[in-house]
Amino acid sequence: MYDKTVRRRRAVLGLLVAFSLFLLTAYFGESAGGGLHAVQRGVLTVVSPIQDGASRALKPVRDLFGWIGDTLGAKGDRDKLRKQVQVLQAQAALDAAGAARGTELEKLLGLDQQAGISAYHPVSGRVIGLSPEIWYAHVTVNRGSSAGVGMNNPVVNADGMVGKVTTVAPNASVVTLITDSTSGVFAKDVVSSAHGMVLPAVGDPNDLTMQFVQSTDAIHPGDTIVTAGAAATSGGKTYSLFPPNIPIGRVTRVDPGSLTQAVHLSPMANLHDLDVLQILTQVNGG
Amino acid sequence: MSEPAQLWLRLAILGLGAAIIQIAAVSQFPLFGINADVTPLVVASAGLLSGAVAGSLLGFGMGLFVDLALVQTLGVSALVYTLVGYGAGRLRELRAPQATFTPLGVGAVATAAATIGFSVLEFLLGVDAPVSFLLVRQTLATIVLNTLISLPVYALVRRWLRPVLPEDPRRRRRRAYTTGGLSPLSRR
Repeated sequence: MYDKTVRRRRAVLGLLVAFSLFLLTAYFGESAGGGLHAVQRGVLTVVSPIQDGASRALKPVRDLFGWIGDTLGAKGDRDKLRKQVQVLQAQAALDAAGAARGTELEKLLGLDQQAGISAYHPVSGRVIGLSPEIWYAHVTVNRGSSAGVGMNNPVVNADGMVGKVTTVAPNASVVTLITDSTSGVFAKDVVSSAHGMVLPAVGDPNDLTMQFVQSTDAIHPGDTIVTAGAAATSGGKTYSLFPPNIPIGRVTRVDPGSLTQAVHLSPMANLHDLDVLQILTQVNGG
Repeated sequence: MSEPAQLWLRLAILGLGAAIIQIAAVSQFPLFGINADVTPLVVASAGLLSGAVAGSLLGFGMGLFVDLALVQTLGVSALVYTLVGYGAGRLRELRAPQATFTPLGVGAVATAAATIGFSVLEFLLGVDAPVSFLLVRQTLATIVLNTLISLPVYALVRRWLRPVLPEDPRRRRRRAYTTGGLSPLSRR
């Protein structure tokens, strides 16, 4: 009896572990249109209305949690912002011309971008699911293919770039954030027009790095980095998935190198607190 | 319906319900930038109450559902939670812990095992992620938050499973070795 029970227990464990490993291997081996991915999309289709309903019902409680967190963090933020104000005031006083130029650039970034984004047929959606795992930088949004959302559509919020759509179901889609290890955006510095590739500083969701920037390009802390839209290549012009001039982040520090420099930026969008997102369903040249 | 069949039914409802609550509700409440994850706590609690076979099967089912619903790499959570459920079940079968705070310790260890196991698998699968201070801090914060909620989660799971459990572990005496470390599912 005892031996039989032990054998059964070990057999169950062995079978479950073997089946998990089989699933892992099969999932990695198949393309995005494969059977297991299709099952995932099916489950997402079924679960997303529940998530959507729960998200709406729990919004007041979520706001309360957010308020508690914000209040606790407010003191630290206040001291940080005071220091920032001092630095910015000194900077503004020293360089009035630079400030005027900054205002002009803000106009370019703000007004032109507003006009630009509407041309990309944005679809507004709400975040209805977040992965609890540290390793997955993605969120689920309550808009899918029935609203015109497609694979690789860029996703933005009021502050700037958020990510791109990587899985689409009829009534929901999964957005992979720009801090995910698989993300990469062709970008430029608004001030110097220096180009580079913005990649996540994996392991630190508050940091992005702009790489392949020529060491001769002048990039300074505080500069705004936006999407470049297209790159001039030997074969002509290569279009990015992301439309131009969407703010990605602000430069925090520059690590110089002999040929290229690594530019660190903090994302414009608060990726820890996403609520309403816009999915750009028709990107020119995308 | 026989008692074991009722237990399996209740485990299935528990697994599905807890996974949906985690995905639809609990994950929506970030506190200090982290989210609680009740999944490993439910799996460990069920293992602690029902044994290794039930724990590992529930862990596999919940992990698979989470992988499917959150569009994660299929099999990762299933594998990790299978081992968590099995470990908690074996602890019951070999040691029959009766201390009030046992679920607290089991919850902490289950969360740590799940988080670290998940990280190790991601490394093995090629996610290019150095172990940063922020990552370690976030892992530790998740373990602490989960530990804090492990007692109420255990109490809820026990309340749900108690009518179909052959006997309450709290009332058991230390006789794991005299019974041969059998799971309640295997006793007739």
